[in-house]
Formats: sequence, structure tokens, C-alpha cells
Amino acid sequence: MSTVSGIDQPIRPLTVEPGLIAWGALVALTFACIALQRSAPWLVNFPTVWQVPIAAWINVVSDATVPVIQPLFRSISAFLDVPMRAMQGALAWLPWPIMMVIVSAVSLKSGGARLALFSIISLSYMVVAGYWPQSMNTLSLVLLAVPIAVGLGFALGVLGYRFPSFRPGLLALLDLMQTVPAFAYLIPLLLLFGFGPVVGLIASAIYATPPMVRNTMLGLDRVPSDIRESGLMSGCTRRQQFWQVEVPSALPQILIGFNQTTMAALSMVIVAAIIGGFEDIGWEVLSSMRKAEFGQSILSGLVIALFAILIDRLTLGFAKERPIGPTPIMAWMSWRRLAMIVVVALVAAVSQRHLWPDAWALPSTALRQQVEIVNVSLTGIVRDYAWFFNGARNVVLYSLLLPLRLGIVGAATPALWGFALTPTMIAAYVVLWLALAFLALRSYGWRLAVALCMAGLLLFQGFAGLPWPALVLGFGLLAYRLAGTGLACFAMLGFGFILVSGLSAPLSQSMYLTMLAVILCLMIGGLLGIWAAHSERASKILRPICDGLQTVPQFVFLIPALMFFKVGEFTALIAIMLYAIVPPIRYVEHGLRNVRADVVEAVQQMGATPSQILMQAKFPLALPVIMLGINQTIMAALSMLAIAALVGTRDLGQQVYIALGKADAGLGIVAGLSIAFLAILADRLTQAGARQAGSME
Amino acid sequence: MTQERPIKIACHNVWKAYGNRPSYYFDSRGYKIDPDALADRMRAEGHLPAVVDASFEVATGEIFVIMGLSGSGKSTLVRCLSRLVEPSAGEILLDGRDLLKASPKELIELRRHDMGMVFQNFGLLPHLTVLENVAFPLKIQRKGQKEREERAREMIALVGLDGREKSFPNQLSGGQQQRVGIARSLAVGPALWFLDEPFSALDPLIRRQMQDEFLRLQKMLKKTIIFITHDIAEAFRLADRLAIMRAGKIVQIGRPADIVLNPADNYVAQFTEDTPLLRVIKAGDLATAINGTVVDHDIDAGASIEELIPLITGGVKAFGVVQADGTRRMIAAVDVLAVLERDSRRQAS
Repeated sequence: MSTVSGIDQPIRPLTVEPGLIAWGALVALTFACIALQRSAPWLVNFPTVWQVPIAAWINVVSDATVPVIQPLFRSISAFLDVPMRAMQGALAWLPWPIMMVIVSAVSLKSGGARLALFSIISLSYMVVAGYWPQSMNTLSLVLLAVPIAVGLGFALGVLGYRFPSFRPGLLALLDLMQTVPAFAYLIPLLLLFGFGPVVGLIASAIYATPPMVRNTMLGLDRVPSDIRESGLMSGCTRRQQFWQVEVPSALPQILIGFNQTTMAALSMVIVAAIIGGFEDIGWEVLSSMRKAEFGQSILSGLVIALFAILIDRLTLGFAKERPIGPTPIMAWMSWRRLAMIVVVALVAAVSQRHLWPDAWALPSTALRQQVEIVNVSLTGIVRDYAWFFNGARNVVLYSLLLPLRLGIVGAATPALWGFALTPTMIAAYVVLWLALAFLALRSYGWRLAVALCMAGLLLFQGFAGLPWPALVLGFGLLAYRLAGTGLACFAMLGFGFILVSGLSAPLSQSMYLTMLAVILCLMIGGLLGIWAAHSERASKILRPICDGLQTVPQFVFLIPALMFFKVGEFTALIAIMLYAIVPPIRYVEHGLRNVRADVVEAVQQMGATPSQILMQAKFPLALPVIMLGINQTIMAALSMLAIAALVGTRDLGQQVYIALGKADAGLGIVAGLSIAFLAILADRLTQAGARQAGSME
Repeated sequence: MTQERPIKIACHNVWKAYGNRPSYYFDSRGYKIDPDALADRMRAEGHLPAVVDASFEVATGEIFVIMGLSGSGKSTLVRCLSRLVEPSAGEILLDGRDLLKASPKELIELRRHDMGMVFQNFGLLPHLTVLENVAFPLKIQRKGQKEREERAREMIALVGLDGREKSFPNQLSGGQQQRVGIARSLAVGPALWFLDEPFSALDPLIRRQMQDEFLRLQKMLKKTIIFITHDIAEAFRLADRLAIMRAGKIVQIGRPADIVLNPADNYVAQFTEDTPLLRVIKAGDLATAINGTVVDHDIDAGASIEELIPLITGGVKAFGVVQADGTRRMIAAVDVLAVLERDSRRQAS
């Protein structure tokens, strides 16, 4: 708003929006950098002489400090090794039918007959498929990691609740813990704690702690003041007030944290298999994928999926009350009856092990030994339909991936597209984009016009050929416009750090891969979300699919992608999209369904067509929710980036993975922090965007 | 009504200010500043004076209502009285002892035995049943299970919720939940009873029922009550005396009849203009010495003037008014009709 020109001023000065000047300058700068590329290449590619060996410095520091503090951590590791072996031993000793009885009794208490049936089927599948011992090993890690994470998370959450001055630091720590890819901190953990399953345990406890902290704080913050004051007026001491009033009132939220923590622990236990050497289900998936045994990887991937869904439903059943109250069977299964069943089952286990030690042995030949046929036929299918899979891959690769990475200037070569760019073509391209920008300027304002100019430039030049000053200043400007100086400084410092560390090539790879995945997910997922918002049946079909995709650990998405498309960037794209497609579906549906009914009715009453209602009433009103969906999509894509590195990319995730292979702590930390920076920046930017969209109402 | 009863709680020049440095405004040199000027200065300097120089006294067994719109500081004031909110300045005397000097331990003891409070949104613990909620203050005091359940059942019967002991709060209606809140606040048998907008979250019909219920309870229990509301009709209906607050300041204190008949300023007058005098003014307010007049009919001093109209049309010329202490005074029918006339003039203007 330019209110400078008061009434008494004779001539109203020509005011241009400050944003337009800044963005226009940025477009001009980008042009200038590209134009001067020949004579001054450092304008486009970050000069190597300016790079600083940060990774090497970190390694020097860690080489010096690790031997000093190592004994302490090794002793912790030895200390944790004892309960872990005990737990593994106990679960291996427990006969599988007894385990089934116990799990289904707990399921009856948590979710009723249907959940119990599901748990019996899932566990039977694990036995029949031949992955029982591995599943129990994974379970033992989860059973140990969860109490550590829950205890630690609760303590930190209470700390943040009680002492607000701790909170900013705590929140920053949580952001880092959740955005630095787990592989990156596996390296220092390996150095400190030594090789072995305990590292997986510790890594998953660290990874699983943040949701518990956040939910504990949230729950305690949200205890209604009336309840708090009624406790005080009853004469509670501080301790009584905390344990008998505040914690019980916050318990539903804390239990949600417990559910999320358990799922995170499971997901991490499976990823930790990458450091290998431990007979768990994650290792089975990984090794069968490496050996291209797709039958086995599908079988074991299914075990992980069932495992995850079962644990999720079990913990969620305890966390959330059913709106219509417990089913009769849930009510019948009181805590006392449950305890009795468990005791009886354990007695049965002991007597069986002593009296008939050979009964109930696991089947000697399992499905996994008999899937050679599946392997052969899958390989056959992939080979016979190679024209289809390769075709699909090549179309996307040549028409989307390469132009985005190398730009049209790089892709339009005889080798790739079969022709080279002529000056006429370039001129036509420029005219086309300028015309688009002009149209946008006329009907939607300057923001879209400038955005189109940038998009045209980007597509022509490619992410790899984007001048780094334009990148840094562009994100700085965006952050400044959306959230102010603080975020702008953060953005520019972060990009500066990545460039100085010499990771500019992986950075542009990461950005273009993420961006492409996010755009495709938003388009496909958005359409599905619109469909689901307008059709009950679509919603019913999509909901369990989304639930499943969100519950299953990210690792599993690599299996189908790898099976059909082999190693490569396209495969990574598919895997990322499988994981990141859920938020747009969910949030678009939720946003559109929960638009204020009175507004929609008013527009309908004016005689708007359904598409007018959608585009002119529902979409603008649902925008804040949809922005949150975009936020979640970007976060999901970035978190999958590191895992997708396993199927071959050249991005920051791959750098982390390389560092893990070489035990290069410095590179791992630098690349991990870079990914965390991208994630935190994307999060803050989209949240600021959502706030702006929300404040327009 | 006029008889002197001991003062239960007194509040002298109590202030509560929010901001960066509220203590800056209150030094102990003891000279008196004009409260309005100080409040204005606080507002100008980025502080929020939520309670401005509040002073009043409440006698044992009295229902004292604090009335004001939202943001007038009434909820903050009642929280100062129980020290849920720490006053910035002033003095609060409970049975003559300075409440603000009580140590945390003493405060807990006071809350455990001498105070009960009812909250607008009930403040029930969602994980406890009705019985456990009502027994909660006793549990906090580590009373035995049997003793506290017995007492809780008694309280539940008192508020008419027998049979719902095993229900959880979310299975009850709003009115029932507030009955639980009332039962809980009475479980320790406090002499001082705070009610912070107890019926504001309820539907009008239920609110009316709960007000009757409240008056019935008070007739039996004879607590000293501080009752917060934003509803002027509720205030006039329940109050022995009421205080009207505006922007943190108490603008008038008095019996309902005093306030409708002699509003302190335009603000109070606007507030009360829709309230029929007939309903607010009680027979005792108009009664004069009997001086040998022949009375036709005896009525209670607490009866509203409204109830006398049918009797006057039936031919009664003078009423005998029986005071709470048994003595008798009188009202002439003409005086009642004068109120009626004044009322209709008010409505017309």
C-alpha cells in the first residue's frame, strides 16, 4: 500500500510496487549472467577456487576427538547390547503360536475382532513366507528403541513446556533431527558406537524422539485453563497438579505422539539395515534387491508393510477412542483379562519348550525358497515388456528430466532430441514465453508474468546451467517477500554454505528432482484430491490406499520402482512420487470438503456452474489448507530423496550415501545439513505462503 | 437484610496490570494516585490494567455478584481473590487475614478447605468418572477411598445426579456437567464459593433451571458467594449485592434496587434500562415503619413488587412486610403503583 501520497500533495508520485522492481532486477541479472557466460564463466558456475574444504575440516576435528570420547560411547554401546540380546533371545525363544495369541489378544483390546483377525493373518503370513526370525529381530529393535525414544521425548517435551526459554533451541534441534537424513548421522554414530545392531537401535531412538517431544508439548500446552485452574483450586501441589491433572488431560495427544514415535522407530530400524550385518527384515529387503531377486523382495517388502500397518493400528487403537465407543469384544477384553491371557500364554510357552521342544517348529520350507518361478517370470515380464517400461522411462527422461536438468539448450542436441537449436527456434521460444508473460500480465498481474519469465529462463537453461548468483538472490528475495529479513538471511547463508562446500552440482540435481516430483505429485494428487472431494466412492477407494502408502516405511517404495525401471534417476523419481503423492490427495480433498458451506451456497445461488464454484469459490477458500498440503509434499519428497539415492541419483542424498560407504563423517554431515537446510527453508517458505493465503480471508 | 454480619472477604485497592514491568507502577511509598489517571498512563505505556483499584467487602452468607461485559476484568478479579492470578497491588483479607501474605503451602491448605470454585467451561477432568471427579479434591488431600466416595455420593445426590456416578464427562449434557462441577466445588465443604460465569455456556432454558437450583442450594448451605456473570438479568435475579465493572474498574456497588433506582452513571443506566423495576425491587426495599397503620395482607420482605400487583387489584390497600428477623414494616399500595408508573415512563422514553 502506497499511502505516501496524501491529499495535500499536488502531484501523486508514480509508485511502482517495490516487489516488481526487485523481481524485475532479478530477471535482468539472470539474463546478464547467462549473456556474459562466455567471457566470465564464474557468473554461472561457482568458481572452484572459492570453495572451502569444510568436510575435510570436520574430518580433522572428528579424527582428533573421536578417539578421546570413543570409550564412553563404546561402553554405552556395550551396555545397550545386553538388553538387546536378551530381547532378541526372548523373542526367538517364544514359540510363534504363543506370540500370535498374545498379539491377537492385544489387538482385541485395542481395535476389536477385525484387528485381531488382521494380526493373525499378518503373523501367519510372516511364518508362511519364512521371515519369522527376521521379523522378530526387527520387533526386538523396535521394542527397545520405542521406550528410549518415548522416555527421552517425554522428558524433553516436559522441559520445553515448563521452561519456555528452552523452547526455541529445542524446536531448532527437533527440526534438525527430523530433516537431516538418517544416513547422515549414521556415520558419526558408527564412528562413536562401533559397528553393529546397537547403532541401528540408537539411530532409530534418535530419529523417533521428535514426534514424542512435539506431541508432549502440544498436549500439555493445550490443557484447557479451566481444567488447570480447577486442579489448583482443589489444592493440588505442583506434583499432584502435573501428574494428576495436566498429564492425564494431555494423554490423548501424548498417545498420538507414542503412535508416531513407534512408526518412526520402525521405519528407521528398517533403514538402518543399510549398515548391514544384522538378520532383520530390512536387511532381507535390501539384499534381495541387490541380488535382483524380486520375488523375495516383494515377499519381504510385504512383511514390512504388514508389520507397519499392524503396529500403527495397534498403537492408534490405544491412542484414539472410537467415536461410537468400544465394541462388545473390546469391552470384554479388560486389562485384567488381557494380563491373564498373556500369563497363561507364557506358561504355555515355558511348558512347551520343556516338554515338547520340537513341536511348533517353523516350517522348514517357506514361500521364500519357492519363488524362483516368480523371479523368472517377473524377469521375463520385465524383459518381454521392456519396450513399454523403457519407452515410458525414456519419454519422461527425454521430455522432462533432461530438459529440466540440462535445459533446452542442453537437451536439444542431435544426440538427445535428434536436432540442434537454430537461432529461429530460439527466437520463437523467446517470443512464445514473452507472449505468455504478457497475457499473464494483462489478466493476472505482474507476479505471474515475472514467474513465467523465470520459468522460461529456467527451462531454457536447466537447473545445472542456472547462474548461482540468481539462485541465491532469488531464494533470498522470495524468503524476504514471504517471511522477512530473518528467513532471507537464512536462505542466502544456507545456499552460500552449500556452494562453498563444493556441492553445487548435487544441489541442483536435488532441487530439480524434488521440484519435478513435487510438481507431478501436485498435478496428479491434486486431480485425485478434487475427484475424492466430489465423489464418496472415490474417497472410499483412495483413503485406504493413502493410509497404506503413508504407513509403510519409505524403503518399500524402492522395490516396485526398481523392479520395473532398473537403476536410474527415473526410478528415483517414481519412488519419491509414490511417497509424496499422499499429501496433495489428502489436503486437497480435506480443503475442498471443508470449505465454508454458506459461501459455497451463496455462490451456487448466484447461478455458478460446478466448475465456477470449484475455481472461484472452493479453491481460493481452500488455499491455506492446500498450501499446507504443498508443504507436506515438499517435505515428503525431500525426506525420500536420501533413500532414493539407493537406486542411483546424483543428488545430495547420493553424497550422503557415498559418505556412508567411505565412512566420511565430514562429507556426510555437510551433505546431510544441506538437505536439512533445503527442507527447513522449503518448510518455512510454504508455511509463510500459507499464512499469507490464510490472512487474505 | 440490614443486620450486621461479619465480613468474610474484603478487597482493598486491588490492582492487576499486565505488561513488561507492572511492578514499576506500584511502589510502597503509600501516597494516593488518582486510579483513572494511573490506568490511563499504564495503557499509554503499553500495559494492560485488567483490574483497577477494586475495593469491596462481602459479608458471610451473602451472594455478591460481579457483573461486566467480556474484557471488563471480572474474571481476573475473582482469580485475584483466589490467587490463581497474583494481584499487582492491594490487599485481600480473608476472615481478617492477609491472603496475599499466605505462603504457597498455606495457600494450598486454604484452597483445600476454605474455597470452592466453579468454572465457565466446567473444568472437569476428562479421564475421570463423575464420582471420581467429585471426589478429586478429597483424593488430593489423601483421604481414604471409602470416605471420599461417600462424601462424593452425598454431593452428587445434592445436585440431583444420582445414577450417573459411573459416567464420564463427555457422556453428559452441559447442564449435567456443570452440576458435576458444582458438586466437586462443594465436596470439601468450603465456606467461600467462587462461581465464574457458571451458567454462561448453557442454553437459556437450562440456565434458568440452574439458577433456581443454585438458589435452592444456597438456601440450604448459606455459603459466602462471589458470582461472576455478564448477564444483567442473572445478576439481578441472584444477587444480594452486585458490583458492576467496566474496563477493569468497579463503577457501582449496591443492592439491585439501588442500582436500578440510582444508577451511578450513564453506562450503568444503559445497562439497566431494559430491566423492569417491578422485578428487581423487593418489598423490603420500599418498606417503611408501620406506625399503627392497618395492614390487609402480610408478605415476605424478599417478595418482588411484581407479586403484589394482583393483590392490589384484588383490593389490598396496605401490605405488612415481614423482615428476616421477624419484625414487621409496611408498604402502601400507592407506593407500589408509583413504581409501576415509573417503570412505564422508563419504557416509553
